[in-house]
Amino acid sequence: MQYQSQAVAKPYFIAAIGLFVGQILFGLILGLQYVVGDFLFPEIPFNVARMVHTNLLIVWLLFGFMGATYYLIPEESETELHSTKLALALFWIFLVAGALTVLGYLLVPYATLAEITGNDLLPTMGREFLEQPTITKIGIVVVALGFLFNVTMTVLKGRKTVVSTILLIGLWGLALFFLFAFYNPTNLVLDKFFWWWVVHLWVEGVWELIMAAILAFILIKTTGVDREIVEKWLYVIIAMTLITGIIGTGHHYYWIGTPYYWQWWGSIFSALEPIPFFMMVIFAFNMVNRRRREHPNKPAVLWAMGTAVMAFLGAGVWGFMHTLAPVNYYTHGSQITAAHGHMAFYGAYAMIVMAIISYAMPMLRGRKAANSEKSQVWEMWAFWLMTVAMVFITLFLTGAGILQTWLQRVSDNPEPFMVVQDKIALFYWMREAAGVVFLIGLVVYIASFFIGGEEKKATA
Amino acid sequence: MTPPQTESHDYPPGDFAMWIFIYAELLVFGIFFLGYAFARSQNVELFNESQLHLNRTSGAINTLLLITSSYFVVRAVAAIREGSALLCSRWLFAAIVLANLFIIIKMFEFSAKYAEGITLSTNTFYMFYLSMTFFHFMHVILGMVILVAVMLKARKGGYSDKQYTGVETGASYWHMVDMVWIILFPLVYVIR
Repeated sequence: MQYQSQAVAKPYFIAAIGLFVGQILFGLILGLQYVVGDFLFPEIPFNVARMVHTNLLIVWLLFGFMGATYYLIPEESETELHSTKLALALFWIFLVAGALTVLGYLLVPYATLAEITGNDLLPTMGREFLEQPTITKIGIVVVALGFLFNVTMTVLKGRKTVVSTILLIGLWGLALFFLFAFYNPTNLVLDKFFWWWVVHLWVEGVWELIMAAILAFILIKTTGVDREIVEKWLYVIIAMTLITGIIGTGHHYYWIGTPYYWQWWGSIFSALEPIPFFMMVIFAFNMVNRRRREHPNKPAVLWAMGTAVMAFLGAGVWGFMHTLAPVNYYTHGSQITAAHGHMAFYGAYAMIVMAIISYAMPMLRGRKAANSEKSQVWEMWAFWLMTVAMVFITLFLTGAGILQTWLQRVSDNPEPFMVVQDKIALFYWMREAAGVVFLIGLVVYIASFFIGGEEKKATA
Repeated sequence: MTPPQTESHDYPPGDFAMWIFIYAELLVFGIFFLGYAFARSQNVELFNESQLHLNRTSGAINTLLLITSSYFVVRAVAAIREGSALLCSRWLFAAIVLANLFIIIKMFEFSAKYAEGITLSTNTFYMFYLSMTFFHFMHVILGMVILVAVMLKARKGGYSDKQYTGVETGASYWHMVDMVWIILFPLVYVIR
């Protein structure tokens, strides 16, 4: 570790992993509820489990992004963090607020939660992914502003690099677009229209900048390739991300009451969204092929390459599958969407966070560059278990989705939703089994942190 | 004598990263053109009828303006290759003037359509006409920004007969903007 203040990343990473475990446990509960409808009812109803599953995902990724930023920015800027105290204070505020929110979801009925938290003063609750009480949302904004102040001040006083600039643009964009969570018009079309400004412009816009910046940082560090080459790639990737992603928002506007031209705009621009992801694959493999050193931390390189590939498959290929309006007409809101959502979030964002954790954690825990051989083997097993499990979750959901789309929408005699759900139950069972394997992978991943031994030496 | 180590290659001219960008842009326009062709095939009458209401004269003038500006940019590249930065910046300035004229004429065209109450939702033809020409319009503006940057750098002596990758890079982008219009104009305004 080159700068003392990078150490604040550690609690962020630990919290991220802890919340990740929570997310997966609730995922398994949910998966079972698909086939055993009253499992854990009335204690944890389906809608609550789903809310916890998706909210924990977002929160642990945010913890991961913040940890990544605190680790990466001092090294890029070649200066200590503006304030470690602020970073630690915000950590606890965010963690406590997050925990209270989840407890709120679990302990009181959602309507009561809305009432106690004064939702009627500024109604923002009740929308998918933005279920947080208004007060939590305000807390998120406060934490985000404090965080952005801290890192921006650090960047301003130190060296400016393309990596840190792109990361900062991504993070500022993240905060900016979150503000649309407070805009809650009564017109449902407008509501949905701007709801996507948070949801889509996060994951298919500014988050991609964050992902590309973190990926570039890890590749620079582990391969020793010239910064100039990496930067040129970054520019092109970012340009393509924004060209395709911004108007690509239109692929959510097909059937919500917006004008017809969105079907064309959304189809054309979002059809090109796989390109920046494909560029990231070429970029990652190119950098690793041109490497000037053998970094002793093998899992970090594995995660970095894995995230490029899986993000392309999950976000690029599985996204393209249902992005054209005539296709989406049938697949909209089916298990195809769920399949895409799972692999895209895992591939693009869960994996990039695990990549930076993998790279940074050994140093944060006082090692020179990497964990012991044995620990690395465990971590790589975890990589494969989780990644292969996720591939199967995605394939089973895709199978379910194709069947669902056919039986419920395309066939000459469309069947009712619940009848179709019964018919595709086998796919849900198999998805659940793959989910259990994913959990095993996660346990192995956590175990890898507790395996000691001599540090692996660099070979070149 | 070996030239200094720059990003310059014989082919493609200019910075390779710009070419990736150009290919990506061409892909977007290409898909738009395919979409147009497909949509037209579904409703030829509507497209032919609506097409008659476009101002082909201003479209033709704009085509000439862009082609001429591209020629000026070619002269600018030739000038810098011979080491004349001043001449290079003057040719670029001339190209930028024509680009401005293009923008002005296009804005008249847009405002005329707007005054007629034509929007993206009028019909599929106008959806394509407005989307594609506006998208191209934005590219002309971006191209102008690039040309201005190159011109200013040329004026300050930032390029020489040894080091002119930047001029070629800007020129490549501008030719792309021009070329897309050369396809767009007949496709949307003329062919029926």
